[in-house]
Amino acid sequence: MLTAPADQPPISNAADTAKEAVIRVRDLKVAFGPKVIMEGLNLDVYRGEILGFVGASGTGKSVLTRAILGLVAKQHGLIEVFGQDLDKLENEERRQFERRFGVMFQQGALFSALTVKENIQVPMREYLDLSPGLLDEMAMLKIELVGLKPDAADKMPSELSGGMIKRAALARALSLDPEIVFLDEPTSGLDPIGAAEFDDLIQTLQRTLGLTVFMVTHDLDSLHSVCDRIAALADKKVIAAGPLATMLASTHPWVKAYFGGERAMARSPGRHRAI
Amino acid sequence: MTPTLLSDDPQAVFLPEDRGQGSRLELTGTWTGDRAPLIEPLVAEIGKRLAAGAGARIEIGKLQRLDTLGAYVIDRLRQNAAVDGTLVQITGARPEHAMLLRAVAMRHDEPVKPPPRSGMVNMLVDVGAAVVGAWRDLLGGISFLGEVVVSIIRQIAHPARFRSISLVNHLEQIAYHGAPIILLISFLVGCIVAQQGIFQLQRFGAAVFVVDLTGILVLRELSVLLTAIMIAGRSGSAFTAEIGSMKMREEIDALRVMGLDTVETLVVPRILALMIGLPILTFLSGMAGLCGAGLVAWLYGGIGLDTFVSRLQTVITWKHFSAGLIKAPFMALVIGVIACIEGLAVKGSAESLGRQVTSSVVKAIFMVIVVDGLFAMFFAAVKF
Repeated sequence: MLTAPADQPPISNAADTAKEAVIRVRDLKVAFGPKVIMEGLNLDVYRGEILGFVGASGTGKSVLTRAILGLVAKQHGLIEVFGQDLDKLENEERRQFERRFGVMFQQGALFSALTVKENIQVPMREYLDLSPGLLDEMAMLKIELVGLKPDAADKMPSELSGGMIKRAALARALSLDPEIVFLDEPTSGLDPIGAAEFDDLIQTLQRTLGLTVFMVTHDLDSLHSVCDRIAALADKKVIAAGPLATMLASTHPWVKAYFGGERAMARSPGRHRAI
Repeated sequence: MTPTLLSDDPQAVFLPEDRGQGSRLELTGTWTGDRAPLIEPLVAEIGKRLAAGAGARIEIGKLQRLDTLGAYVIDRLRQNAAVDGTLVQITGARPEHAMLLRAVAMRHDEPVKPPPRSGMVNMLVDVGAAVVGAWRDLLGGISFLGEVVVSIIRQIAHPARFRSISLVNHLEQIAYHGAPIILLISFLVGCIVAQQGIFQLQRFGAAVFVVDLTGILVLRELSVLLTAIMIAGRSGSAFTAEIGSMKMREEIDALRVMGLDTVETLVVPRILALMIGLPILTFLSGMAGLCGAGLVAWLYGGIGLDTFVSRLQTVITWKHFSAGLIKAPFMALVIGVIACIEGLAVKGSAESLGRQVTSSVVKAIFMVIVVDGLFAMFFAAVKF
């Protein structure tokens, strides 16, 4: 696994890229039939940050992710990625934009008929023109980057453990060196040590590759340790967005319950110092 | 270099050497995955020139963009040179590029692959594996059949444990929902056999014997074969898929830890439903086939309905009628056992589910025909 030197500042902090919104969502409405999932939702994701996206189960965190990716149709509103409204793009242009996304689905969504290596090579074969040798070497490099052992390369997804599936899915999401990575509950189902390792991995990769990370998560540890900003979804909108301090200062009952609950308090840095 | 290069295309320029330090090389442009067709030959060329020299410095300060692919191939130049004992330094990298270069600098050992075997040996290994596999299938089938029989006996002893709702549900799926398609194909096959029979028999002026031909053929063989093959494809595959997806999602394990017996809860109701449903469908299929034959005999052979029926009454004995029906429960047992074994053999992946469903249908149809052949020999031997 790779280790980022702690003394170097993340690339995202470079002055010229500060506060450039790579994803801009305005007044979004998504509904399934009469059931309105989100309405009047606004959200910005800035270049080079790790945004943690929280919300109670069933409030539509995954739906928002899928709406940004174009997998769910929106009724109303604007979604801009890299300053472009994806709806207005022709198919070919859209494909070029989608290349710049990497998505890690909650269950991994690895193609079960392909080995890990072949899974990682699917986007490379589709978009890049690599010689077979380099194709293999690049897949092995991605496998190594996400901390999998080389012998995982030829395994089928059904032979992998939960943590390995997450890593393999991350490797596939990174296969084209995307600018934005969407992670849907990356640490769910992992043990605390595995989850912490995965958080470190995401942070290291984010620094090294200069990624923007949009992370749907329930994991308070992840929110504390790796997220630059947090956005909370409730009442069909983003009710609070900002660093952890903003969340802790929020007066919204759900946010208070989430970040002020016992589980959250046990993890807060202040509490650690007190002990 | 070709003259049509764009300003941000990957380029390498060899600079004048400085005081015995080896060659100096400056890389410019965009070194990213989408430029791979330009990068790969360029790197191969650089690699050759570096191998000849005594050492080199690669300056990458003027690179515009770099991604993992670019970083990897540049670092590979350094590593390959190091293997040959040549020192290649990469200098002038911007902090973010240096970070990326460090990240890709790990070299892993290729996983050890077993040495390839010759084609002949491979073929023999495959044949051997297939024979062993077939033998295991047979043993597995017999032992599973034993489990099913024991479970049925246990349920007869304790009727309260019998899953009657499940049985009725499966029976509805198999017999009630399966009936229309089976009636239709049997009717059509009856028509087709009768038509060919009339064409051949008319030449001998014996068109009326088409009643004997179709009656015996449909009742003894066609009805049960058509039905069994159709049910193997329709219900056998459904059983394998149902049980297989339960296996995939650990539902089978959940049943087991609740103390429920999978054979009792999942397998026996399905097999019993098949054993009840298949004879019913076989009977319906026989009737539909005879209707088709009667219609065609009238249309093509001018044999009226009264002639057809009275001829049928004289030639078709109880033996012919029951010979078909006797076979049906045995075929149902074969289809059910194979479908359930294949379903329980599903492993974690969707691909495995697909493979087992295919295998279930193929094996069931094959075994149906084998069983039919065995019955033909048996009936001939006992003059039934």
